[in-house]
Amino acid sequence: MTGEARQLRTAYATVVLLSPYAIRERRAMTPSAIRLHHLTKSYGTRTVLDHVDLDVPAGTVLGLLGPNGAGKTTAVRILTTLLRPDSGTAEVAGHDVLRSPHEVRRNIGLVGQSAALDEVLGARQNLVMFGRLHHLGVRAARVRADELLDAFRLADTGDKAVRHFSGGMRRRLDLAASLLLAPPVLFLDEPTTGLDPQGRLDVWAAVRTLVGDGTTVLLTTQHLDEADRLADRVCVLDAGRVVALGTSAELKSATGGDRIDVVLADAADLPHAAALVARALGAPPGDVDTDVAARRVTAPVADRMGALAAVVAALTPAGLAVDDLGLRRPTLDEAYLRLTGHAAQPEPAAQPDRAAPDAAAPAGTARTTEEAA
Amino acid sequence: MSATLTAPAVRTPVPTGSALRWALADGWTIALRDLQHWRRQPGQLAVGLLFPVLMVVMFGYLLGGGMAVEGGGSYLEFLMPGMFALTMVFGLESTMTAVATDAEKGVTDRFRSMPMSSAGVVLGRCIADMLNSVVGLAVMVGVGLLVGWRWHDGPARAALAIALLLLLRFAFLWVGIYLGLVARGPGSVMAVQIVVWPFAFLSNAFVPTSTMPAWLGALAQVNPMAATVAAARELFGNPGVAGDGWLAEHSVLAAVVWPTALAVVFFALAVRRWVTLGR
Repeated sequence: MTGEARQLRTAYATVVLLSPYAIRERRAMTPSAIRLHHLTKSYGTRTVLDHVDLDVPAGTVLGLLGPNGAGKTTAVRILTTLLRPDSGTAEVAGHDVLRSPHEVRRNIGLVGQSAALDEVLGARQNLVMFGRLHHLGVRAARVRADELLDAFRLADTGDKAVRHFSGGMRRRLDLAASLLLAPPVLFLDEPTTGLDPQGRLDVWAAVRTLVGDGTTVLLTTQHLDEADRLADRVCVLDAGRVVALGTSAELKSATGGDRIDVVLADAADLPHAAALVARALGAPPGDVDTDVAARRVTAPVADRMGALAAVVAALTPAGLAVDDLGLRRPTLDEAYLRLTGHAAQPEPAAQPDRAAPDAAAPAGTARTTEEAA
Repeated sequence: MSATLTAPAVRTPVPTGSALRWALADGWTIALRDLQHWRRQPGQLAVGLLFPVLMVVMFGYLLGGGMAVEGGGSYLEFLMPGMFALTMVFGLESTMTAVATDAEKGVTDRFRSMPMSSAGVVLGRCIADMLNSVVGLAVMVGVGLLVGWRWHDGPARAALAIALLLLLRFAFLWVGIYLGLVARGPGSVMAVQIVVWPFAFLSNAFVPTSTMPAWLGALAQVNPMAATVAAARELFGNPGVAGDGWLAEHSVLAAVVWPTALAVVFFALAVRRWVTLGR
């Protein structure tokens, strides 16, 4: 993209973004910022990405969700030209990652899982260096570095070496370094992993600002609340396949209706209560979950209106003391569990895409819900 | 904040100029980064430069009293060319550490995802490490002159010896880049550090190979470092060249061929490894 075209894009974005209506208009008209077609990658006999198709409209946020080993990081690495796919095509900002990797690189920013910074240098020295490597002139690189330091509240770090930064400061600097050329497409690979709550809020705020200005963002995450807050659409990957794609609301409703939570006074009553709740709601016992730590029974609800009364009527005669009782929409966690057949964050270690996919989705649940979504 | 992030005061530069020009420009930017490291960590730089000086003191004075040089001559005069070559070989560790650290931190991936020259990444490493080695060698030559080492056959032959020493460093630069790329994090530098020591001792740097058992001496003679040490002794006019092996008679040729072959092989390996990063 030439400088003139970029300026036009920016000016256009500024004018168009004045009205929420216009945002929808623009999104409907704009072409895809990221497009995958039958993208496949395997290592030996292990298929990491299996004919993945995906289309991310410009100016939207796609949350790529999945357990370790699902293929999230591999997808990001292919889209950022770090890895060659075995077959299929991938386009970023209209450029093919294999045919024009240089053009792709001119249009993207990448924030990987570890802060890719020089630990010895200070924040400004890092930004100026990366700016020079983006082929900004000496003065331009300094001006841009100062702008970004201000924007990310790092201007007061002065000469301090990055290795003395907190996790949140590193991540902000990492994000700043990926924005030197104000790329139209930004890739964030688990951008808030290892951050404290404030650091997480900082990153979220920055992402929202960027998206508000028309940047397309693809972010991978294991945190469902993160996808829920940031992403326009969520794509759930499991063992290299897209098992669901839609807004988080769509994914939640695909999980099937509302949930009832029953919190008991005594955790010992959980099995008894679970059986009673299942019978009262006419739900298969396998769909009723119990959480010992929270002393909670959770069950799907088909009929909102009768559910509360039916549960109370079933529990009261049994003499089970109930602390709390409520109806709610399903969480994205539950949708995720239902889609992939296993819970989010199956292991704490940050070993993305290295561990073999340990649990394949049970046939049926995942694939059929995909069609429903 | 919003305007800043997406509308930079600077416009996207349109790439102009040849690939070579950008390789040079990017290489210089990356080399400058190392120079900034030196300025920010002068202590570390000093330790790196002074360690070989400590070795001179240890071997020249602590152990040197017990050393006899074949054909006569001062042990320090014999030792210094060996210490020069050792300083060059030790550079391997700093190259490997730098490359492995960047790979582990994701800095290498950031470079590879940027519209910059990938040749520039390597060129920058070369410039920085060769500069560091030139300074290191200058310090060692200064120390040598202080302890009484001299070159005896004129500045031209001395300059050739220095050039051969730097060629050895250049060869180990590629060994270091390759090892840094295959290393799993800077931790594996430790393993290499352990191997470098016996490698350095199994040469003619500290004692003439004629004092070793025949089989060990033969092994020490084929050490690429040994060729450079023998050539440096001959060109500086230092003692210890005596001997009738092939190496003794063709030391300068060997000191050109051996490191060049090493550099070519490890350059090819490093390039292949770099390409494999994308597989």
